[in-house]
Amino acid sequence: MSVFRCEVCGYQYDEEHGEPREGFPAGTPWAAVPDDWCCPDCGVREKVDFLPVDQPADAGSA
Amino acid sequence: MREGSLSGRPSITTTERPNWRDRRRYLWLLGTVLPLLSFAGWGLVNLTGLGLFWWIGPIFVFVVIPVVDQLFGDDPSNPPEEIIAWLERDRYYRYVIYGFLPLQYLAIFAGFWLMTRNGGLAVVDRVGIAVSMGSLNGIGINIAHELGHKKEHLERWFSRIALAPTGYGHFFIEHNRGHHVRVATPDDPASSRMGESFWAFWPRTVVGSVRSAWQLERRRLRRMGKPVFGPRNDILTAWAMTIVLWAVLVAVFGVGILPYVLLQAVFGFSLLEAVNYLEHYGLLRESLANGRYERVTPRHSWNNNHIVTNLFLYQLQRHSDHHANPTRRYQALRHFDESPQLPRGYATMIVLAYFPPLWRKVMDRRLLAHYGGDVTRANIQPRKRAAILARYGVPGASLDPVPAQARSHGEREEVG
Repeated sequence: MSVFRCEVCGYQYDEEHGEPREGFPAGTPWAAVPDDWCCPDCGVREKVDFLPVDQPADAGSA
Repeated sequence: MREGSLSGRPSITTTERPNWRDRRRYLWLLGTVLPLLSFAGWGLVNLTGLGLFWWIGPIFVFVVIPVVDQLFGDDPSNPPEEIIAWLERDRYYRYVIYGFLPLQYLAIFAGFWLMTRNGGLAVVDRVGIAVSMGSLNGIGINIAHELGHKKEHLERWFSRIALAPTGYGHFFIEHNRGHHVRVATPDDPASSRMGESFWAFWPRTVVGSVRSAWQLERRRLRRMGKPVFGPRNDILTAWAMTIVLWAVLVAVFGVGILPYVLLQAVFGFSLLEAVNYLEHYGLLRESLANGRYERVTPRHSWNNNHIVTNLFLYQLQRHSDHHANPTRRYQALRHFDESPQLPRGYATMIVLAYFPPLWRKVMDRRLLAHYGGDVTRANIQPRKRAAILARYGVPGASLDPVPAQARSHGEREEVG
């Protein structure tokens, strides 16, 4: 499970939790989120601008 | 021992706050004067016998603030960069904003009480109260705007309460997810175009914003697998708050107030739309090769540092920083030197916007100067495109702030 972060406001999309309010239930992979989906908190950056967040080593490397 | 944390949050240690005092800290309380104006108006009517003072709202917004704004002038100072995080965490600033809401509602009920007691006032006085109330509730949309951008659930809820009187509950969806994404592009109903008068902008933004909000919400609900017409629809729940509020007002004060309820709502949201009009007039983000627009930068919003309007609008005029960092709280917004500046505060510029020839005279050459004389880089009203290109079309033609009179008489080739 990966985490992606909006560099403007720090919002994080965690595949494990998804974003149910936006219609992405827990477990929704990042690849299933449309490219034009924008950050739900700031609206400045879109999915393609999000950056992957480094996972702790024990989470199993990707 | 008196330094215990009142808010239950860890108190800020002095090491994080080196020798810096926020001079504006207590000045932010000034904004709460606005809901109290209707009481001042009542007092002045009693004192002078002049019904004119029922119009205290527009008098204050369009006369008093512009005059006082000129007297106090600019304050471009920014909080030091290392203070910003501390400043945003200080909960005092958000309580100032929350305090506006009960006062706003108190003023609404007081306004209709004044309007209807003892058999009611004359129509002209009622209209004055309604327009004053509209001014207040229009500024309430600015409060809603500050709250609606925050990540905290409670503040987003407060935002809807502040929007209910004007029926603009769809604003906090369209603004955050529509306007901020498409700002300074032809696709945004709330970004005005060069050559577009406020009166042409008004229907485009009012209708376009509802339509866009609905599309955004419908898309979200479909992804969720929920019905569009249902309790999960944030637009419908926000509008329901408006209906409840208006129904309570009619139940208490009689059906005769209904036209005035509608009048204050239209006046209120039109005030907001006038602010929308001047915030991005003619500014355009470049289209990139990949089909997207360039990222929003400080160059895509009109700013102003007049201190008085900035206090009353909680630094909405530091609009570039707001678009760069929409979740940043008002007390921490900064001035950028590279952002285009309006010649006066928003309150004065709204009056200008009501008179399109005046607006064009003041703003078009500033817009042109911002684009180095190249009018093709501006967001131009399609219907006016040919006329505007014919007038300003030669790059570099009007680089200098040439008086409009000289420019209209002289031919273009003599400049530059």
